[in-house]
Amino acid sequence: MSAITIVRQLSEVVLAIAIAPLFGGWIAQCRAWLQSRTAPPLIQPYRMLRKLFHKDAALATTASPLFRMTPYILFGTMVLAAAIIPSIATDLTFARAADAIALIGLFATARVFQSLAAMDIGTAFGSMGARRDMMIGFLAEPALLMVLFNAFLLSGSTALPSVVDVRTMHSFFVDPSLLFAAIAFLMVLLAENARIPIDNPATHLELTMIHEAMALEYSARHLALLEWAANLKLFNYACIGFALFLPWGIATQGRDGGVALAVAVGALLVKLVLAGAVLALIEALSAKLRIFRAPEYLAISFLLAVLGLLVHLLLEA
Amino acid sequence: MWNTLSRMLRTGLLTEPLPKLSEARSVVEGLPLEPMQQNLLNILGRALCIRHVDAGSCNGCELEIQALGNPYYNIEGVGIKFVASPRHADLLLVTGPVSVNMEEALRRTYEAMPEPKLVIALGDCGACGAAFGSSYASRGGVSNAIPVDKTVAGCPPSPPEILRAILDLIRPAADEV
Repeated sequence: MSAITIVRQLSEVVLAIAIAPLFGGWIAQCRAWLQSRTAPPLIQPYRMLRKLFHKDAALATTASPLFRMTPYILFGTMVLAAAIIPSIATDLTFARAADAIALIGLFATARVFQSLAAMDIGTAFGSMGARRDMMIGFLAEPALLMVLFNAFLLSGSTALPSVVDVRTMHSFFVDPSLLFAAIAFLMVLLAENARIPIDNPATHLELTMIHEAMALEYSARHLALLEWAANLKLFNYACIGFALFLPWGIATQGRDGGVALAVAVGALLVKLVLAGAVLALIEALSAKLRIFRAPEYLAISFLLAVLGLLVHLLLEA
Repeated sequence: MWNTLSRMLRTGLLTEPLPKLSEARSVVEGLPLEPMQQNLLNILGRALCIRHVDAGSCNGCELEIQALGNPYYNIEGVGIKFVASPRHADLLLVTGPVSVNMEEALRRTYEAMPEPKLVIALGDCGACGAAFGSSYASRGGVSNAIPVDKTVAGCPPSPPEILRAILDLIRPAADEV
């Protein structure tokens, strides 16, 4: 482990923490334009975070230490996930220690803590949100694993960096199995990040919310960390998508000097801008599904990923 | 889907310019704001979260509040949003004369909000009880139940009036909107 590796790793984590709220703000801005309204400035998420860090936390009298710990755990797991995912470079210290399956375990840990904390206070909406989130989670997780297996089969490794290394070697080569996997992954991304058609991030109606119902009792710095963690989660999912399906531009092993890193950051920003616009467009054009339709939606995603595997085994193996 | 998309692109931006703010907005009871208060409002006012409580309103004010969220008045464009929980809120927007049955709920909502917090009493009912006054069923105004920072007259007040009142309260004078 050389000094340059540590610098690379650190810069990746800092970049993720810094621009994750910006990505959320960009999506909100695109959505506002599509709704024919002027948008709040791009830095609005940072203003919100600054405000929340300035407020006093109001805690319910029934809150246990678990409730207070959860925002820090959630933020920590998302930062760790950002360290594992090769968003700008593949030669990373953390990525060698944990593969993509450990990454999914990390997301699952975050989910468990958030659900437990939501039930901790004992309000009806909190436990309802926790139950719904668990339902979405246990259906989305296998679909995400299947998507990852597609990429693992192509690269022969379960580590995301080597997936990127193998994929970038074939320049601009699109695999038919990855097309199926990409659609499946997009569906999982929407479901896991509490976006339309599964959840509406702009809703104020307690009965329809999933993700926000779990955060109803949080205030001030705790809420700030939860929002930041949610932004980081979306950023992380986007970066997993880029690593699997659009890996071009990421600084690969052996070609990761200063210039390559700068190119990688630029490529990441371009990809994020495009991905944000696409996500906003999907949200503007689709309606929220009834909660009972969520299993069908995620089953389709799973099925597409399995189809991708079959296509790979039949056509390419 | 293509029809929706082409309509979206053809419509363009509909948001109207912000209402003019009153000159006296940086003055509380005749005194200018302390620098610390200015600073606080600068942080709060740039990302304000509002919790709305209906304390016995006729829903006239609610219709106007609803209109604030549409693309014409577009309250989200100035960085203000409505939230689902008093724990997330900085400003409590109360409508209605505070019926006795809603008084306890209103007080608990106020107590659940994290400091610093502001309260606006909306409409003639919220300001003074209006036609309902103070009776066996009504407290006759929000200020009889919880401390109020600003009242907005009107039955109901129009969306620009509500928006101006909120901005008057949170945007310090030195600040360009």
